[in-house]
Amino acid sequence: MAADVALPRAAATRGRSGAIGDFLFRHLTFLFALLVLLILGGVIVALVEGALPALRTFGVPFLFADVWNPVTEKFGALAPIYGTLVTSAIAMLVGIPVAFGVAVFITEICPKWLKRPLATMIELLAAIPSIIYGIWGLFVFAPFVQRYIEPAIINSLGQVPGIGRLFAGPPLGIGVLTAGFILAIMVLPFISSIMRDVFETVPAILKESAYAVGATRTEVVRHIVLPYTRTGVVGGIMLGLGRALGETMAVTFVIGNAHRISASILQPGTTISASLANEFTEAVGDLYLSSLIALGFILFVITFIVLAIAKLMLLRLQKQAGG
Amino acid sequence: MDLYARRRIANGVVMSLSVAATGFGLLWLVLVLWTLIENGIAAITPALFSQMTPPPGSSGGLLNAIFGSVMMTLIATLVGTPTGILAGTYLAEYSRGSRFGETVRFINDILLSAPSIIVGLFIYEVIVVRMGHFSAWAGAMALAIIVIPVVVRTTEDMLNLVPNALREAAAALGSPKWKVIVMVSYRAAIQGMVTGVMLAVARIAGETAPLLFTALNNQFWSTNLNAPMANLPVVIFQFAMSPYADWQVLAWGGALLITVTVLCLNIGARALASWGTFKQ
Repeated sequence: MAADVALPRAAATRGRSGAIGDFLFRHLTFLFALLVLLILGGVIVALVEGALPALRTFGVPFLFADVWNPVTEKFGALAPIYGTLVTSAIAMLVGIPVAFGVAVFITEICPKWLKRPLATMIELLAAIPSIIYGIWGLFVFAPFVQRYIEPAIINSLGQVPGIGRLFAGPPLGIGVLTAGFILAIMVLPFISSIMRDVFETVPAILKESAYAVGATRTEVVRHIVLPYTRTGVVGGIMLGLGRALGETMAVTFVIGNAHRISASILQPGTTISASLANEFTEAVGDLYLSSLIALGFILFVITFIVLAIAKLMLLRLQKQAGG
Repeated sequence: MDLYARRRIANGVVMSLSVAATGFGLLWLVLVLWTLIENGIAAITPALFSQMTPPPGSSGGLLNAIFGSVMMTLIATLVGTPTGILAGTYLAEYSRGSRFGETVRFINDILLSAPSIIVGLFIYEVIVVRMGHFSAWAGAMALAIIVIPVVVRTTEDMLNLVPNALREAAAALGSPKWKVIVMVSYRAAIQGMVTGVMLAVARIAGETAPLLFTALNNQFWSTNLNAPMANLPVVIFQFAMSPYADWQVLAWGGALLITVTVLCLNIGARALASWGTFKQ
């Protein structure tokens, strides 16, 4: 009889201490999960607060003004925004086809024993810190571009009426094109590893059926793999774009940091992140500092939107693959 | 036959292009590493590890910068890892299907790819402005914010791989859920979680942008976490952009040092991860 009573009591006390432990642990982990949201919220609040003086002074025209004069304290974001978008566009133009080629090679052609090492090596491109790309770009790549690539471009594309203006000017080595190209190398591993992942989700039976009716590898990729993974591929591209837009150090080294918009992509320019890296610690005057923070806020909004779209597209593919 | 030949040629062209693209990608890895070794190896001397960053025109090393980098990376990892692990635990163990969990996961993935210079701005506003000066603490906190999303993500992924049968077996023995998580789930996932932390360390070891306006730089030896502190990435940035040959050589040496560290951490993390999957 005593044992009968003691047993439930022991179980009950143990249950209670377990319940307290559970309560504590659950809420502890919850708090830290909440912290992730708070960080994002904090970033938004801090940037808006810092940008407020500039936004109040210049208003919406801040976005469209092509002026950056610390002496007269007139600031506009157009040149950095333009530079950010153009370098990222160049990066995408070069990076997407190469990333696609790499992903196709690794998933469709490459012998099995080579897959892992090859994929790892491509991903190591993403592990190299961006400052390394910067120093390499400044001392090795930019002089190479100046000596060989830009003269060739100026002599060929530069002579074509119309688009020639895009490739005009002296070969400086440093400029928008060089920055865009280095960005392409940097985002290549991000895009190709996502493409590779989504290509692997294509059911083997679909591909085998296509091969069985005589399709070539190209046709399998074109008509089976790509349609099946379209949202994932676009998601991967958007993720790469998000990286390219916010990349700082590599661009800062090679873009030339000129607050102006040139028609020619061979000329120096600047991006939002490069302006911040170069000028922030040297900015004197509250309005100057605030304008730089406003630039940062614009960059944050742009990358947030791009990354959110990327994430949503990848989620959609995940759901499709899951059910 | 004509159609067949055309399809074969098209296939040949596309497949060769894809091989060429892979070669093109690998070429840059080789080129970057080769130039680093070529230019950096000359700077790897005992002086690099024993002397301070010099003024222009005299010889020196990177000791204060190496110390600063190690220090800030260490603090950032010590702050970011527990935070990330606990948040990742919530996502994997408690929030299945909940709206809050979905939101945190979504925001975390965005933080994972968000520009690191924005993190620097955030810490500048929150810590540097409030404290009134640049400091190593601010730099370490900026790096910690970069560590957190990486660890959250890998912790969640690794806990999701733990078979539910393990949890059910422990729960059937009467252990409360927190004990199941700490004693069973963590132990089963520890390898992957360590991998995640290593990748996070590799990521912040070379981060420059968030340190530019948080830790700033320091020409001298300093162990004061409340003052600006030298660190390798910012020193490399400053020295490489300078016109002085001595400084540029040191920048190459620092660049080689960082790259070797980061690549070793990365390859080590991958080896650890694949050893785990092999065992399973």
